[in-house]
Amino acid sequence: MLFTAGPMVFSLYLSLTRYDMLKPASYVGMDNYRELISDPKVATALYNTLFFTFLHVPLQIVLALGLASLLRRAGRASGFFRTVLYLPVMTPPVALAAMFLLLLNGQTGAINELLGWFGFTGPNWTTDPVWVKPGLVVMSLWTVGSTAIIYLAALSRVPGELYEAARLDGASPWRQFWHITLPGISGTIYFTVVVNTIASLQTFTEAYAMFFGNSETADSQGDSALFYVIYLFQQAFSSLRMGYASALGWALFVVIAVITVIQVRVSRRLVHYESEPR
Amino acid sequence: MSKAGTLIAVAMLAAGCAGLGASANDGPNVLTTMGFGLPDEHATARVGLFRQKYPGIDLRITEGAFDEQQFLSAVASGEPPDLVYADRVKLGGFAARGAVQPIDECVRRHRVDLSVFRSAALRQVTVDGHTYGLPDFATVKLLIINNPPVRAAGIDPAGMSATDWALLAAQTSTLTESGGGRLRRIGFDPKLPDFVPLWAKANGADLISPDGRRAMLDDPKVVEMLRYTTDLVKAQAPWASFKAFKDGFDEFGAGNQYAKDQLAAMPMDSFYINTLATNSPDVDVTVKPFTDRAGNAFTELGGQAWAIPRGAAHPEQACDFLVTMTAKDAWVTAAKARRDGLAAKGRPYGGTFTANRDADDEIFSAVYRPNGNRIIEQGVPVVLSLQEKAFTLPPSPAAPDLIRAWRSAAVRVLNGQQTAEQALADAQREADLALRRVIGR
Repeated sequence: MLFTAGPMVFSLYLSLTRYDMLKPASYVGMDNYRELISDPKVATALYNTLFFTFLHVPLQIVLALGLASLLRRAGRASGFFRTVLYLPVMTPPVALAAMFLLLLNGQTGAINELLGWFGFTGPNWTTDPVWVKPGLVVMSLWTVGSTAIIYLAALSRVPGELYEAARLDGASPWRQFWHITLPGISGTIYFTVVVNTIASLQTFTEAYAMFFGNSETADSQGDSALFYVIYLFQQAFSSLRMGYASALGWALFVVIAVITVIQVRVSRRLVHYESEPR
Repeated sequence: MSKAGTLIAVAMLAAGCAGLGASANDGPNVLTTMGFGLPDEHATARVGLFRQKYPGIDLRITEGAFDEQQFLSAVASGEPPDLVYADRVKLGGFAARGAVQPIDECVRRHRVDLSVFRSAALRQVTVDGHTYGLPDFATVKLLIINNPPVRAAGIDPAGMSATDWALLAAQTSTLTESGGGRLRRIGFDPKLPDFVPLWAKANGADLISPDGRRAMLDDPKVVEMLRYTTDLVKAQAPWASFKAFKDGFDEFGAGNQYAKDQLAAMPMDSFYINTLATNSPDVDVTVKPFTDRAGNAFTELGGQAWAIPRGAAHPEQACDFLVTMTAKDAWVTAAKARRDGLAAKGRPYGGTFTANRDADDEIFSAVYRPNGNRIIEQGVPVVLSLQEKAFTLPPSPAAPDLIRAWRSAAVRVLNGQQTAEQALADAQREADLALRRVIGR
């Protein structure tokens, strides 16, 4: 409480001030909030962040679910594959960014080289503003293992007799997945959607390390990798606008809260809990 | 536990976590630094000299690159390091905002002759007539031309320059090579957005007013410069491909862009002469001064400076340190150590470029040892000839915002999102807003 609520309340106060860390804060009322509404960079940063989130979260969920389903059939080798799948999650984000900067290079990167084998000419993932965000989404899937492990645990809890009964009734694998597996793990899917959405809306480290961390890459892609938290960070620690950055933080808090409330409402119709009466 | 006891326990825990205990800075003879490392003899020899001269001071160097956030947080928390080492553009901005303190008294106490420092470097640490730091290294920007492809295209490398923009565009077109839908060689890289201030100056324009309080980004000469340089890039390849090709260079390796013929010419920082001499000593290059449109040689000076943060616990010892580190004898000692260190590895010594003119005179007359390396022998006289023809960006309280504004503008034009006029008009608005916020203009 002391270490979470304290800074939150203080940042709420700061959001109503002009504060550069070097001179005392001066009260400016709602000026910072008025400014963020008219600041075109906020709109750009918010668009980039939402674009990334709406692309990353569904892809992460689908891929993780696919991998978990495959893992479930791995039998005795499942433990080995589980470890292999989780290893990438342990890569430090900055090392990951440096690695993908090389892999995604449009002219010399391994990903385009691979696409070339199949007759595709890959885009300039790291330098073309149109492809920068999809490139970041590709990179973000590197850590799909953590979600896949959660799904694997959820899949193992779906009662086997339900599949047996369905098979006896002649249900196809797709119908089994749609009517048994998905409802069976819908609570877990809901949890991962909420958690991944919040994490995506706060994306910072990888994009910052790739595109803002050194002078060679800084600004080279225009504003196409300017995520909301990166802009907040720039305002706070480069422009020394702690008041404005705090207002940006609270605006993001509201955006996350609204999206989460929508997800909670939608989940009431879609999520099935075992304890619920049918 | 009673309510009072619980409260005391929580308060004690909070106090401990808040760092109210003794810190390294609290020792009477402890001197702490930030933003400095000990990567080579230039650092270790000078630090060794200081320790020898002031044996009673416990110097603690926290190695690592300068981190703006870390530094400002330390100043704001009232527990800054005693010394900070950073790029002079940043330090000038911090001085203008009051994050570092004036060292006029320190300069007087040590009878430092400020006239030995290069005027452009000194200009960057001087705000409102007060000195806020002492300059350390000094780098300049110059032209490095890859002779074989230039000669193969029928162009004399000695005649290639940035003076005649129409001619340079024609030469660039001849030198650029593409194949299979990919860029194979860059004809001329104007180094955007990094070198925007250099190109603006070449066209007779300044981006910031001398007092650092006004941005002049929408000046027609800046617009003309940005249009020309971005067209120069776009004529070779779309920016996305151009940049991706450049990102693939092994810039600091033996297979660099000169060795692999991936580049015909570009302006570059002077340190790269030593990089080339060390990693690919056999590349055939011509090193020339960068020129304005009238053919006058000039350059932009860069480098770091030492300063004392506001609220430093030991400003007097910090003063002793920065005076020692930037003095002629320390630089000469460091240069000799560097030369001997490189000689032990069989490498030439291309000199040490400092902001201290007296130190450079001594180093290049008595210590410099190129050992017949052609790149160094050709490049070093060019660097030395340029150091007094340098300009610098004046210190501005909104420096980070101004730099970001023109860099982003250049990239928007390169990406085809805006014309040079539109991008610089937007950049001017951003810069004006930033200056208004900081100084209330």
